[in-house]
Amino acid sequence: MKLAPIAERLAGNRFILDEEEPHIEVNQEVAARTGTADRIILVCPAHVYSKAPDGTVQVEYAACLECGTCFEVADPGALSWHYPRGTYGVQFREG
Amino acid sequence: MSEPDFDVIVVGAGVAGTVTAYQLAQQGLSVVLIERGETAGSKNLSGGIMYTHAIKQVFPNFVEEAPIERKIDRNRIVFMNADSWVGIDSFDQRLHEGTTAVTVLRAHVDAWLAEQCENAGVMVMPGVRVDTLLKEGNQIVGIQAGEDELRARVVVAADGVNSFIARDAGLRTKPSTDQQAVGVKAVLKLDAATIEDRFNVGPDNGVGYALVGDCSQGVGGGGFLYTNKDTLSVGLVLRLDDLVKKGLRTTDVFDHFLAHPLVDQLIHGAELVEYGCHLVNEGGEHMMGQIVHNGLVLVGDAAGLTLNTGLTVRGMDLAAGSAIAAAKGIGEAIAKNDVTASGLAAYKTALYDSFVGQDMHTYVKAPHFLENDVMYKEVGELVANVLYPVFNLDTTPRKHMMKIATQALKESPLKLTRLGKVGLEGVRAL
Repeated sequence: MKLAPIAERLAGNRFILDEEEPHIEVNQEVAARTGTADRIILVCPAHVYSKAPDGTVQVEYAACLECGTCFEVADPGALSWHYPRGTYGVQFREG
Repeated sequence: MSEPDFDVIVVGAGVAGTVTAYQLAQQGLSVVLIERGETAGSKNLSGGIMYTHAIKQVFPNFVEEAPIERKIDRNRIVFMNADSWVGIDSFDQRLHEGTTAVTVLRAHVDAWLAEQCENAGVMVMPGVRVDTLLKEGNQIVGIQAGEDELRARVVVAADGVNSFIARDAGLRTKPSTDQQAVGVKAVLKLDAATIEDRFNVGPDNGVGYALVGDCSQGVGGGGFLYTNKDTLSVGLVLRLDDLVKKGLRTTDVFDHFLAHPLVDQLIHGAELVEYGCHLVNEGGEHMMGQIVHNGLVLVGDAAGLTLNTGLTVRGMDLAAGSAIAAAKGIGEAIAKNDVTASGLAAYKTALYDSFVGQDMHTYVKAPHFLENDVMYKEVGELVANVLYPVFNLDTTPRKHMMKIATQALKESPLKLTRLGKVGLEGVRAL
């Protein structure tokens, strides 16, 4: 069986977007230098991270499923990642 | 020191948090349960088979009253290769009649648990993210959430696998990537009649698949497929060090898994309802670390309580077990007015005396065993290559099993010494 592409898959989930406060920030210099950039792009199950034409990492934090996998494979200082503020972010209906 | 607002603050409305809060309220303590999700359960995700022995000690009618999915009486363990598979299919009338294992969907079951808390007098506070712990000297005295401060005699960190609270308190350092895995899961809609027909199960019963091998493209970990009432939970767990080392993309491996003929025929025609993921502790007992601090205890995933034995994957029963031990320890500490680490040590004692501490210890070697990469490729292929000539009756004269097995082993990159070593390790670890 083939599921729809990730963006469409996520469209079925319920998200409450915090437009004021992104919960993920990438330190581009450290991410590039340590290889964290490529690692987080590969591991994230929600494709939150992608590479921009200029080589920097783009972050689509609205799609984050809050597993924390990126944070675990990131080198120190490359990624600031915490949970979204209360009530924001993904809200599982099944879990 | 200002007066505490509550006897106990519990952070996180998962199994560990709700079960702790419920029991503390039943002891007559004032308890607040803080949850960052919109509602209790909305941030929570499991595979999820829940072994019910522990939670039934707290909620004797759990299986009858909680919104569980199906009682698991069939277990299938399958070694998957690219174009073959070999498995064990087990049914047991004793499991059918008992209610040892049930499938659950956490958004439903955790909401029910939080409701029981509310009925018992717990103040449930959803939509609040705890930012940090309040400290006075070496003692944790409460939590801070945004501008708000709440004080309590004891704080319970039940905030899950990432436990920022435990890290903040210096109780847990960042684990290494071989101690963690990413779990990816799809919940797929399939009507109940089709499930019962396809999986050969009764209206209340279900099956749990543990899949190993080609499903993870050789990455340490494995797949699962569980039947719910009218959905399937299909997921893959990938050990982070191996995933990164092999340079594979998580979603590619997951899609490869869903497309495998074995999985494909089981989920055929089902429709995606929800797509999620979760980090999984894989380190076993080595990951537990300190679980008691002055004014603070850790329970469930936050305490590192997960067990993957290859055959069973456990977290929720350990969460409930730790909650039982924590409620006991906290109750005693508050009664004797000593909520320092030494006063709360009764939790630790109760935990290590219980099935939780004992099982964590029994399986202490399991993570190391599961790091044997041959488990994810060569072993499955070898078994299939032994069975193939048995069933492939061409005109060639038959050979005894022993001869076939020797031949298959000779052709396998797996050598007898390695196989023996892995087998022995497995027997000892599991």
